[in-house]
Amino acid sequence: MTALLAKRRHPLAPLLVMGLALAALAALYALLSPSSQASTTTAQSTQIEEGKELFLVGCSSCHGLNAEGVVREDGTVLGPSLIGVGAAAVDFQVATGRMPMARNNVQAPRKSVAYTEEQTAALASYVASLAPGPAIPEPDQYDPTQGDVARGGALYRTNCAQCHNTTGQGGALTLGKYAPKLTGVEPVHVYQAMLTGPQSMPVFSDAVLTSEDKRDIIAYLDNVENQPNPGGLGIGRIGPVSEGLWVWLIGLGALIAVAAWLGARAATVKRDKQGGEVAA
Amino acid sequence: MSATTKLASKPVAALDQRLTIGKLAKDNLRKVFPDHWSFLLGEIALYSFIVLLLSGTFLTLFFKPSMVEVVYQGSYVPLRGVPMSEAYASTLDISFEVRGGLLMRQVHHWSALLFVASMAVHMFRVFFTGAFRRPREINWTIGGLLLVMGLAAGFTGYSLPDDLLSGTGLRIIEGIVLSIPIVGTYLSFLIFGGDYPGEDIISRLYIAHVLLVPGLILALVGAHLLILWYQKHTQWPGPGRTENNVVGYPLFPVYTAKAGGFFFVVSGVTVLMAAFIQINPVWFWGPYDPSQVSAGTQPDWYIGWLDGLLRVMPGWEVVIAGYTLSLNVLIPAAILPAIMITVLFVYPAIERFATGDDREHNLLDRPRNNPTRTGLGVMAIVFYGMLWLSGGNDFVATIFQIPVNYITTFMRIGLFVLPPLAFIITRRIAIGLQRRDRERVEHGRETGVIRMTVEGEFYEEHEPIDKYEAYALTAHAREEALEAGAEVDDNGVKNSAFKKSKRQAALSRFYWNDTIQKPRADELHDEQEHAALETEEHLEHETLPGGGHNPPEVTRH
Amino acid sequence: MTTHGSELEPTTQRGDPLPDPGLPPHEPRLTDVDVKQAKRAERQVSAMFGVAALGSIGFVVAYLALPLTGELDRLQVSNIALGVTLGLALFLIGIGAIQWAKKLMPDVEMVQERHSLASTPDEQAGAIAAIEAGAEESGIGRRKMIRNSLLGAMALLPLPIVFILGDMGPLSPNPARVRASTIWEPGMRVVNDVTFEPIRPEDLEVGQLVNAMPEAYKEIPEEEHSQALRVRAFASVILVRMELDEFVVEPGREGWDVDGILCYSKICTHVGCPISLYEQQTHNMLCPCHQSTFALADGGKVVFGPARRPLPQLALEVDAEGYLAAQGDFSEPVGPSYWEREQFIDGESV
Repeated sequence: MTALLAKRRHPLAPLLVMGLALAALAALYALLSPSSQASTTTAQSTQIEEGKELFLVGCSSCHGLNAEGVVREDGTVLGPSLIGVGAAAVDFQVATGRMPMARNNVQAPRKSVAYTEEQTAALASYVASLAPGPAIPEPDQYDPTQGDVARGGALYRTNCAQCHNTTGQGGALTLGKYAPKLTGVEPVHVYQAMLTGPQSMPVFSDAVLTSEDKRDIIAYLDNVENQPNPGGLGIGRIGPVSEGLWVWLIGLGALIAVAAWLGARAATVKRDKQGGEVAA
Repeated sequence: MSATTKLASKPVAALDQRLTIGKLAKDNLRKVFPDHWSFLLGEIALYSFIVLLLSGTFLTLFFKPSMVEVVYQGSYVPLRGVPMSEAYASTLDISFEVRGGLLMRQVHHWSALLFVASMAVHMFRVFFTGAFRRPREINWTIGGLLLVMGLAAGFTGYSLPDDLLSGTGLRIIEGIVLSIPIVGTYLSFLIFGGDYPGEDIISRLYIAHVLLVPGLILALVGAHLLILWYQKHTQWPGPGRTENNVVGYPLFPVYTAKAGGFFFVVSGVTVLMAAFIQINPVWFWGPYDPSQVSAGTQPDWYIGWLDGLLRVMPGWEVVIAGYTLSLNVLIPAAILPAIMITVLFVYPAIERFATGDDREHNLLDRPRNNPTRTGLGVMAIVFYGMLWLSGGNDFVATIFQIPVNYITTFMRIGLFVLPPLAFIITRRIAIGLQRRDRERVEHGRETGVIRMTVEGEFYEEHEPIDKYEAYALTAHAREEALEAGAEVDDNGVKNSAFKKSKRQAALSRFYWNDTIQKPRADELHDEQEHAALETEEHLEHETLPGGGHNPPEVTRH
Repeated sequence: MTTHGSELEPTTQRGDPLPDPGLPPHEPRLTDVDVKQAKRAERQVSAMFGVAALGSIGFVVAYLALPLTGELDRLQVSNIALGVTLGLALFLIGIGAIQWAKKLMPDVEMVQERHSLASTPDEQAGAIAAIEAGAEESGIGRRKMIRNSLLGAMALLPLPIVFILGDMGPLSPNPARVRASTIWEPGMRVVNDVTFEPIRPEDLEVGQLVNAMPEAYKEIPEEEHSQALRVRAFASVILVRMELDEFVVEPGREGWDVDGILCYSKICTHVGCPISLYEQQTHNMLCPCHQSTFALADGGKVVFGPARRPLPQLALEVDAEGYLAAQGDFSEPVGPSYWEREQFIDGESV
């Protein structure tokens, strides 16, 4: 104790105290923060029932107690009806973190996932039980290695590039909405997005854009995302806007720097105040 | 004779007998050029053009300007089996099958961007220093033409690979041509060889890009350099520099080394950029298909202002007697650009009228000494920059998370509000700098040493600046607003040029109002006397101890 | 105050307010006074040139040692290797030359006088005399008939130059008429682009978007590539499906939809970019080029952006085998507006 007291004026003491305080805070936060939603169930609940309980806690405030949707007094939709959207839609929205939405906005952005895989599966099976809808695809259906990259590219450029950009960098839609970047998205979620048409994205049903077509598109996206940039730095893969910025900042910048150096005088002999030479 | 001169004499003598090169050498080898980094900006453009010619020639050895459909079977997997034009396929081959091909493509494209960018900054330098005044108005015009030609070279060039990105630009050109009244459809069919897109446009653009436009540029650059050579370069005012001389270093050896070296620097930097930074990866865009488009479709940076004009224009279209006038396309794509470019060309004439200054100028203006011209230049740059941002409004929307519609609306108003604001602010800043210059001449340099007198008055010690700097700060002309002539002369005869002279006087007042003039000799003398008196006064009143100042002969009581 | 004369005038009157002190005295550089510094600079410059030479050799080595294998990684390495070697070779020659000038070549400022740009009065007189003599000898002043007929001949010469370009594109039939029609015909099926499969109404879900083409596109022979491109450029369409109560039927367009499936031209009416950025919830279609926005639930009217005219709609029907087909061509020209387009609009459906 005396040893500790003796060290209380050590220069590192404040740091140590700060560190301890932060660690304590972190521990408290981890203990008390609302982690994954209620770990409720008894061992005998079915997946659907578990899903329903999760739904009631985390989703019903916007989507209604029976997933029928909630319409505000002024006629705008708070949360749409989920009856018939299918397990695929739920898996997409929840497993990419879009749902639950942090706040009501024009669009639900991809963010950190709030539910575990089992909980997501439970939610999906609950919603699927309400009415028939698109199912979660089989792994074969979205396996990039089984798709035709070139054909997928042709399909992608016709159906997807206008919103998501040819390399999947995303793009702006009206009034603050946007088509998100497709890099870092799991193939299953790409499939589900095409199938269910989340938010502003239109639906691409399997009847028109078949399962094989979708797989080809996934193969193409996978190939492009993992492709090196043979020309050097990719600078965003978005084309002339970033290229123009780089030529002005890096190209002209470097050349003007050299020009300034060119025009500057070489080191002159230093002279002290009286005009005598100082040793170089 | 030294070894080198002896060796050179036989072939040199032969040439001299045929071309009088001795005289040429005598007159030009020791020609003096002034030294300043801002005089090298035009050189960046010149050297970029040379790099373009060299890298472009390499590309022509492999590129096929044909729209015949082929099926790609090269090494780039995502496009294998895809039908495309030969132009696009040959571009892929250059990138993926030819050693150094991708490097040369990237060198060519980076130097194209650099060519136009350096012409722009060179133009800014010439504008802000007033180097377009007599006798250099012709070179200003040639320069403007070169800038326009640079845009043409760039546009025809990046359309050649026939990829989705540049093809979309071609589609927009077709839409613009169609909007031309009366002859629009005919012109479109003539240009494209029939209905869009036809199979001729790439080979037509090719010949424009490799022959017609570079030929014109080469001729104009030659004229530009010849005139510059003959008239001699301008120089900054300063000690020893007058309107009648050039102070600097000789062409041979100093500028041969510096300017020649700079060519290697420019080409080296361009090649290094091509080594490390990917540009125009056409394999990502895919071949051009008129039914496809990518999000984030923009032209190269120097065409961005035109795209921006198209984006912010409201949808005005009128039908007159059964004929459609698409103002929503004509105004942003034809009328406004024509006005902007015309203003660029006629500005020297406007300034000449406004200032009444028809003198020959070989000394440059410091931008602060013509605050109105500087303000107008910044206003133009702000206007242009806003249009450039508008061209990328979907990127601005995505990066800053602002709805793209708000950006468009903001620009529609901002384009009229922000440039005049920039003019006012810039002008005020320039006038402020003029005031500071004048104070520096009159009162000397602030030393940062603060002293206090016994009464508690704080003053800062000033040190007089050396005569070279003082001269540099006062070497510019004294400019005042013109007066309108008399309406009637002494005999009562009306002056026919009175209206014009009134307008000229008003314009010149707009130019020179509030400008801080340099002090006159008597004013300067008065100021310096006053400053000396003040210093004496301060010295008489004792400063606080520790001020390091020897107290004068004032007795303390 | 009148404009100044044309002679070279000094910017400042001498002594206003300060006299020109002349060139500042030359300050010697370190390399001017110190032989060791000068030698060091010389070694520096030579080293740069030396490395540059190595760069050129390195380029040859890289070129030979790195053949392209079709792997993108190899291409990247080759690009960097060739670029760095060549780039450094060039760059260092430049820096070396500039350093040589800065450090070792004399930096004493030289003064050269400018010459008057105007010719001397003698020269001017000589020029005038030469012109007058030539004009007099040519007789062009006296022989007005020669002058006028020459002017006439030269003035007409541009005509052949302009007209010989006339076959750059077919001007007959009238381009405005050619532009006004597409390949769509009554009964022509609407097929999915890229796969070219025909489409049944029940294949589409509410909120679906299909990028489609006319069936005839498949049958265009290879030699008529131009025709095929034209079809893609003007006859491309999009199909969207909405709930029946979600959209408005324009007067004259009753029966153009099939169970809420609407067909619109894919070509923007602004300057012709293909559109198809469909926002399922707002039923708006956005063009990525200049952000024109069309309300597909309201007859394709423009709700934002520089476009003016609504997106043309294609009337749909279901053919005998149950596939979606067009009732006929568009009722107005597709794509950007042009001067004569009003003459090619059918009836009140527009």
